[in-house]
Amino acid sequence: MALTLDDVHRIAHLARIEIDAVAAEEVHRKLLAIFAMINELQAVDTTGIVPMAHAQDVMLPLRDDAVTAQDQRALFQRLAPAVEDGLYLVPRVVE
Amino acid sequence: MSELFSGTVAGLSAALRARKLSSVELTETLLRRVENAQAALNAFVTIDREGALAQARAADALLATANPPPLAGVPIAHKDVMMTAGLRTTCSSKMLANFVAPYDAHVVTGLKNAGTVLLGKTNMDEFAMGSSNETSHFGPVRNPWNLDYVPGGSSGGSAASVAARLCPAASGTDTGGSIRQPASLTGICGLKPTYGTCSRYGLIAFASSLDTPGMFARTAEDCGLLLNAMAGHDPRDSTSLDRPREDYTRDLGSTERQPLAGLRIGLPREYFGAGVDPDVAAAIEAALAEYRKLGAITVDIGLPNVKLSVPVYYVIAPAEASSNLSRFDGVRYGHRAAKYTDLLDMYKKSRAEGFGAEVKRRILTGTYVLSHGYYDAYYLKAQQVRRLIADDFTRAYQQCDMIMGPTAPAPAFKIGDKTDDPVQMYLNDIFTIAANLTGAPAISIPVGFDRRGLPIGMQVQSNYFTEARLLNVAHQFQQTTDWHARAPTGYAS
Repeated sequence: MALTLDDVHRIAHLARIEIDAVAAEEVHRKLLAIFAMINELQAVDTTGIVPMAHAQDVMLPLRDDAVTAQDQRALFQRLAPAVEDGLYLVPRVVE
Repeated sequence: MSELFSGTVAGLSAALRARKLSSVELTETLLRRVENAQAALNAFVTIDREGALAQARAADALLATANPPPLAGVPIAHKDVMMTAGLRTTCSSKMLANFVAPYDAHVVTGLKNAGTVLLGKTNMDEFAMGSSNETSHFGPVRNPWNLDYVPGGSSGGSAASVAARLCPAASGTDTGGSIRQPASLTGICGLKPTYGTCSRYGLIAFASSLDTPGMFARTAEDCGLLLNAMAGHDPRDSTSLDRPREDYTRDLGSTERQPLAGLRIGLPREYFGAGVDPDVAAAIEAALAEYRKLGAITVDIGLPNVKLSVPVYYVIAPAEASSNLSRFDGVRYGHRAAKYTDLLDMYKKSRAEGFGAEVKRRILTGTYVLSHGYYDAYYLKAQQVRRLIADDFTRAYQQCDMIMGPTAPAPAFKIGDKTDDPVQMYLNDIFTIAANLTGAPAISIPVGFDRRGLPIGMQVQSNYFTEARLLNVAHQFQQTTDWHARAPTGYAS
């Protein structure tokens, strides 16, 4: 299950992070060391152990199905790199 | 003069209420200290002089009324992971270098309502990922006890500020030890409450099942005073617990000769073995001797799966981080690359430029463990071992009330010493991570110094929702010792 240099390029694409060949090799070297440590887990017998997703075993709360959010579009769009007419601007995706 | 900046939250609060000093006078004094210390410590990302003085004037007006809020006029600082409405909130990342938060985090509102004055936002590891405060986009924070050493992380700026007497208390967040480890390395108190006690609303998310807001102060009592203002149910965080309000300082104040008579302290074999610095081991032994004098008894316990907490953490935390940090895409907020060819290229370049090396590494680790074909082997496996670790603690608390041991295996290390070896850096958190995996509370308290004069901290852990008792156990130690009152040379006057 050793992580390859190709894997680094694949996951960088999945994570939408541009990475050049030199940086990928450096990341690969460090990730190999990290996964050598993580792989200690494989030796543990976890047959029948219920996964623990959370600190508290509580049910997710439900609220009434009613509109609670206020319109804060102008406030939030002030933070955006590019907006026009209340819309977020991105490069053209449909020709 | 020195009582102004060496005062505790409790002491300053009492002096403010008695009108022996004004909040404006106190805030001005501390702002000057913050500004003067900035070149050496780099503890702050943003200093809000104007805002702080306005809040101090408002606090003085409240202090003139019959019923001022509990912490009226007390200056504090927030870790820059906490959203503060109208004030820059960067998470120490280039990605958010110009981000002005549109609303307050729940704990920020709580401390505001309690009357505190916000001096500014403290430096941290980028997106709270780090154990040394060296991954900050704004440069490392330095340890006030020795400027060549790290203050710990990720809440290094908050820890350094409280240690250097720039403010009596500061907020932090703890995902794998990010409050307790820097508290230990800077000689102050740092509390991580039970997960769900303080809302995560308005925290810039790192690993949502582990992120826990908490605080730094110089005494356990002060931690309790802040927790009173920060805790409470918040429907905006689905993991916030709906429990009755409590006064976390209610157990303090016993004046009996043996106030901790009958307290059973568990000493996990795994926390006292090889790999612990001898000066740290000696300081912990001395602290335990003090606890025995206070009436406590010690029992040997085992936490056999705790050694797996680092590998478990480095699956779960990056997995959650890779998901949480996918929101930074250069579209709605944050850094956008100047040049790109199309939408995909814009995402990739914006994220490559906006995130630092450690953050990218963790996103990539998380993406890998969640990717097709690896989920069961890594993520599910880690969640199963997380259960085994939690079960260890459930068994231990049948034999003891508190668990004590070192907070970190060694005192502070030199800046730059571990930056090229992530696994060595991660092992700093070997004793602190388990409390994040279980969600139970833990505090680090100062218990001595090593041969170079660097502080040593002891971690006290207890079962879910026992903060009041935990704080009293720390408080009683501070009634008979003065480690918490020691100030670093250069910041004592």
